[in-house]
Amino acid sequence: MNLMHYWRAMWGIIGRELWRFITQRERFISALVRPLVWLFVFAAGFRAALGLAITPPYETYILYEVYITPGLIGMIQLFNGMQSSLSMVYDREMGSMRILMVCPLPRWFLLLSKLLAGTGVSIIQVYVFLIIAWFYDIQAPLQGYIWILPTLVLSGLMLGALGLLLSTFIKQLENFAGVMNFVIFPLFFMSTALYPLWKMKESSVLLSKLAEYNPFSQAVEMIRFALYGQFDQHAFLYTLGAFSLFMAAAILGYNPSKGIMVKKGGPN
Amino acid sequence: MNTQTALSIEDLSFSYSGKKALDQISFTINAGECTILLGPNGAGKSTLFSLITRLYDTHAGRIALCGFDIQKDTRHALAKLGVVFQQTTLDMDLSVEQNLRYHTALHGLSKKVAQQRIQQELERLNMYDRRFEKIRQLNGGHRRRVEIARALLHKPALLLLDEPTVGLDVPSRLAIVEYVHQLAKEENLAVLWASHLIDEIYPDDHLIVLHKGQIKAKGTVDAVLESTQTTAIKDAFYNLTQGEQA
Repeated sequence: MNLMHYWRAMWGIIGRELWRFITQRERFISALVRPLVWLFVFAAGFRAALGLAITPPYETYILYEVYITPGLIGMIQLFNGMQSSLSMVYDREMGSMRILMVCPLPRWFLLLSKLLAGTGVSIIQVYVFLIIAWFYDIQAPLQGYIWILPTLVLSGLMLGALGLLLSTFIKQLENFAGVMNFVIFPLFFMSTALYPLWKMKESSVLLSKLAEYNPFSQAVEMIRFALYGQFDQHAFLYTLGAFSLFMAAAILGYNPSKGIMVKKGGPN
Repeated sequence: MNTQTALSIEDLSFSYSGKKALDQISFTINAGECTILLGPNGAGKSTLFSLITRLYDTHAGRIALCGFDIQKDTRHALAKLGVVFQQTTLDMDLSVEQNLRYHTALHGLSKKVAQQRIQQELERLNMYDRRFEKIRQLNGGHRRRVEIARALLHKPALLLLDEPTVGLDVPSRLAIVEYVHQLAKEENLAVLWASHLIDEIYPDDHLIVLHKGQIKAKGTVDAVLESTQTTAIKDAFYNLTQGEQA
């Protein structure tokens, strides 16, 4: 039970997830196609309809495609987080979750390692997306590509923890469609991913308030500022707080005495 | 505590929403013993396994593996445990070796030790040549063999098998039954095997008959036959469970 044990187990979990990701080519392609369609089709069409004022971190007028890029990075991580949650439900149904849960390490550590693995996968997707966006003339300062790395880790963990928490509520894989309608869409559309807060306020104060408190918005803003070499402390702390909250709740959910295993009515 | 005692269960009870699934059960399994847990559906076998593997918390009673309390010293206790679940828990898209390596990583084994153990366990099951094949390509019997090999990689003191032969053809089933009995003897491994197939029981096995959450009989095969005044396990089981199917 030494530190090497933790280290090996964590890399075992991360390695397995990365290998699965690399070998599942369809998953990789679909994860990339989604934000690219938004960038090439939606953003291009929407460009004319939305005028953007100069707001930090931008110092000049920007194209809508530039504005939407951090939101699409968030989208990649949001979908990835939910995908991880889906795989947790699948693993639980298929039993492989049990193998993880009976290994002699604390559950919080195993769940955190799972989250790190999912976050690693999402970061690979984000960088591939940014490379393609670069050739589409969406270019941030070079150092921005390094600055976003720590923010991607935090936002990936936060969205992954949300997915993990959701997986404690979902008993069967079939119920996962509900997650799309009730979690992914509201989180994405009620956020600053597609439109800035001030623009939203013009049409609905309530919507802008909801977007402001939406942790996904804060994660997107944190990424947006980091991409331009700036640190948004408020967004960082908000995302960190949301991660801590979701993670604590998820660990509680997977606790053998309080969590899902007992509430869901016993062994299969 | 006897150091040879691999599993000790004392006054264990468990309920789901007020309904008793296990009612004050107690037994021990020593090193080298193969104990067959017999019981009809709903007897409480799966609940018992979930408690031993700590998928559920123990509310009443005590479970100890090699003297380590599962509740208080969970990690030491789980390190002594190897499990083959009823449902297959292998990753279908990974190779045999990748699946086993994942397990050795979870148990903190170094690469060198992992490699040695993987080779040793797979060779014993004549599966070493197939280590690069994906699990999806293997038949049910071979998948089970891989799961047994996996459960032994970290050298557990107790091997838990939850109806591992369900759905297998007769030759695969017999091979697994024979292999596990041989393991218990040669490796001094304690085995707890949940089953509903009476022909999987060997004459020198220990038996536990579980029915409606209670232990109806326990001891060697001979002792159970004697206590039920029967000559065949099938009849003993029938008497003890009032005619329910195993």
